[in-house]
Amino acid sequence: MKHIADWALNTANQRGAGYADVRIVDDRHRALATKNGKVGHAGSSESLGIGVRVLVDDSWGFASTDDLSRESVERTAAQAVEIARASSTVKEEPVRLAPEPAVKIEWSTPYKIDPFTTSIEQNLDLLISIDRELLAVKGVTLAESNLHLGRYEQWFFSTEGSEIHQTKMITGAGFAAYSFQGTEIQKRSYPNSFGGQYQTKGYELIDELQLVENARRIGEQAVALHSAPQCPQGVMSLVLDSSQLGLQIHESIGHPIELDRVLGMEANFAGTSFLTLDKLRTLRYGSDIVNVVADATEAHGPGLGTFAFDDEGVAAQCTPIITNGLFTGYISSRETAHTIGENRSNGTMRAEGWNRIPLVRMTNISILPGEKPLTFDQLIAGTDDGIFVQTNRSWSIDDKRYNFQFGCEIGWEIKGGKLGRMLKNPSYSGITTEFWNSMDAICSRDQWTLWGTPNCGKGQPMQTMGTGHGASPARFRDVKIGTAYAKSN
Amino acid sequence: MLDQTKAGAIFERAKKFCSVPELEIIFYSNNSALTRFANNTIHQNVSESNEIASIRVAFDGKTARATTNRFDDESLKRAVQSAENIAKVQEPDSERLPLATAQETEDDKQAETAKGNSRPTRCFEQTASITPAERADAVGEIVAIAKKHSLTTAGIYSSSGSAEAIVNSNGLSAFHRQTSAEVSITMLAESSSGWQKANSPDVNNLDPARLAEIAAQKARDSQSPLELAPGKYTVVLEPAAVLDLVGFMFWDFGGLAILDQRSFLNNRIGTKLFGENVTIMDDVHHPLQSGAPFDGEGARRQRVSLVENGVIKNLVYARGTAAKMLKSEHAGKVGAVAPTGHGFPLPNEIGEAPMNIVFLTPGGEHTVDEMIAGTERGVLITRLWYIREVDPYEKMLTGMTRDGTFLIEGGKVKQGIRNFRFNQSLIALLSNVAAMGQAVRASGEEAFDMVVPAMKVRDFNFTEVTRF
Repeated sequence: MKHIADWALNTANQRGAGYADVRIVDDRHRALATKNGKVGHAGSSESLGIGVRVLVDDSWGFASTDDLSRESVERTAAQAVEIARASSTVKEEPVRLAPEPAVKIEWSTPYKIDPFTTSIEQNLDLLISIDRELLAVKGVTLAESNLHLGRYEQWFFSTEGSEIHQTKMITGAGFAAYSFQGTEIQKRSYPNSFGGQYQTKGYELIDELQLVENARRIGEQAVALHSAPQCPQGVMSLVLDSSQLGLQIHESIGHPIELDRVLGMEANFAGTSFLTLDKLRTLRYGSDIVNVVADATEAHGPGLGTFAFDDEGVAAQCTPIITNGLFTGYISSRETAHTIGENRSNGTMRAEGWNRIPLVRMTNISILPGEKPLTFDQLIAGTDDGIFVQTNRSWSIDDKRYNFQFGCEIGWEIKGGKLGRMLKNPSYSGITTEFWNSMDAICSRDQWTLWGTPNCGKGQPMQTMGTGHGASPARFRDVKIGTAYAKSN
Repeated sequence: MLDQTKAGAIFERAKKFCSVPELEIIFYSNNSALTRFANNTIHQNVSESNEIASIRVAFDGKTARATTNRFDDESLKRAVQSAENIAKVQEPDSERLPLATAQETEDDKQAETAKGNSRPTRCFEQTASITPAERADAVGEIVAIAKKHSLTTAGIYSSSGSAEAIVNSNGLSAFHRQTSAEVSITMLAESSSGWQKANSPDVNNLDPARLAEIAAQKARDSQSPLELAPGKYTVVLEPAAVLDLVGFMFWDFGGLAILDQRSFLNNRIGTKLFGENVTIMDDVHHPLQSGAPFDGEGARRQRVSLVENGVIKNLVYARGTAAKMLKSEHAGKVGAVAPTGHGFPLPNEIGEAPMNIVFLTPGGEHTVDEMIAGTERGVLITRLWYIREVDPYEKMLTGMTRDGTFLIEGGKVKQGIRNFRFNQSLIALLSNVAAMGQAVRASGEEAFDMVVPAMKVRDFNFTEVTRF
């Protein structure tokens, strides 16, 4: 691929680019889904192309094409330069890139079973078996299962001399049971909503998820929700399961710490952030036990935000975001690092594919587990009165990331330190920093799961990105519960 | 850019590698560019050229799809074989239909002409040929307006040309080409913001400077926002706000959503669910609509009356869904059942949906200013954000207001207010429409573009207020 990249980099250089980088991407997927025991979606896809990013007159230009012939690649690089020159006519400040050493490296996701070596028959058998278990439950009116396998291979080259070849494997699967009765549609998903669990791992993930084994229980819960009492409305203690806490992190920590948002670069679409620069190392984001990191390194685990180098050639890092409750870090890029007094990006620039520019993106934004041993049972035993909720159903937050409202698929009453009745339609809402400051317990490492969110949207044109979120079940005090389903609505 | 001849030639080459009876290829071709600005600076500026062949094979009640953007023989062969391999291991599905025939996509141009409906062009050379310098000039003009008002601005100016084709082994061949230009502008002040967005196949229909002035005025008028208590208010929703709300219900107007019992219209078709003044069509041929006149199987998109004077009248159908519906317990309770040309590419789990929504306004049209003038106390909403479904059967939605929310008092816009969270049933909303404006082509962020009016709505339910 180097000769193709050289066509682009040489053209960009000759036409006056002060900096250029090239990403050639070969992106392959297998996606299978079943519905009520029949094949729904069944397909594979592959996309190969090149994206050329240039800095000319201190402004950015980017052009991309699926045609890797020399003529096309050189034309695309020239087009990127033309676009950058147009950008330079409307600017307030020049782009300043934090320095980054050139590297030459090869890296790939560690995995045990290459998912593409598994047979389609094996994949479909799994999904149909899950559907069969779900449909065995009287009252389940719709059963859906899905499996997604991905292989993302990228070659990165820059005029600074970097040559980085990375291959990421992605495996994901999950299912959902729906039940329609009277005037109510209830749903239960496993192991998470949004299509299940996704990790940068091989097919070994599928065995770990125990999908068939859990199907009947989940189907039964979907049906039982119809006869469960409505989750009460009021201010009370709330225990979140680890997947919902993962989404809470994503929306109310992950997005507000994106430095490009903070600087106004996403103001027209994704929004800005309440985390203005004056809040760095001064804002009490959460209680003393809230410790959050942005960690893209392999050591953090097989998250969707795990890699060796980001998409502008910066090494994966672990950045403390919240330390004992204090806000201590943003996620940044080479362009934005200087605005917080840093001389190096912390390596979070990620692009959806060859035809998109890298943006500041969440990597694995995870809350660290409690240091003292605390099982889920012990957490519940220490809660006199409250609600335990599982699996996200709806999620919404304002464009500065203050006010949020989340709904979950299922809830449970907590009375006298024990789980009691099932509750339907649980929801909770609040203000980000008030909520995190109300956290008073989090389970320890043995309860911690690194969840994958495969569908995070950002940017114009829109880019979808996978992010990772490690979390253990945790308890929050004095939370507003039930507004979404209040009778007055 | 792809043309029909090239699509046909690629199909013939792919056919050589196909060992099963039925082959279909959908082609997408796209040349697009987007200039993005923030802090009065062009900070991102991109272009893309890509062509995709999405290849489907079908035989013995089995079907699968493989997609590639490489058109050399080896890549086409790999894609065809991949689709065949995925299909071969499936259990036969006796309900799968053969591929559509040429007759099913036959142009209804003569019939439309007889009805006096001319087919508008959606391809404009001037839009396709916009240069980076021209986009930058337009952004420069927007930035100048921001500076004139002591504001900063962020947004996009984009342009594209695209082509879509479908060819299959039953002799079906359909082709569509269109262009699009879009501008979206946010103006930001210290404690407030304003927003406008528009798009059109014809760049001459866009007026970025006018949109920038409106957005700037909203930002200036909403500074130092007042905090109002949550509660039920009369609201005036501008068209983009209407679009982003109502967009959540049209996925339920597909026949398969009824068969799957995941639609809020289950047991409600034929009932009067909304107010008398709500009438909704799906009409790809409407002059303000865009998109191809055929669906994901190549079937001709037909006009469908979805809601008439508040009564749910009809659903849309892919070919296979219509056949299933006719054999189901729901047949006879769901209005007319026949393929309407609204299917998504097969195989899929969703079936179909109306994607060319047009609101009719039989109850008369009022301008937004007239709606405000007739409101003693209420809230004017420019734009909504992060809308999600809370209850699928009551169609309860939550979300936030954004970029220009105002208190109306005594028939006048009094001042900006802090943004609200709402929890609002769409059924209740469309039953409480007090007035409608002229339907316009509107563009938001949560739903596909539609032809919708501004609306004045009673008892809109705000449940919380945020900090800005």
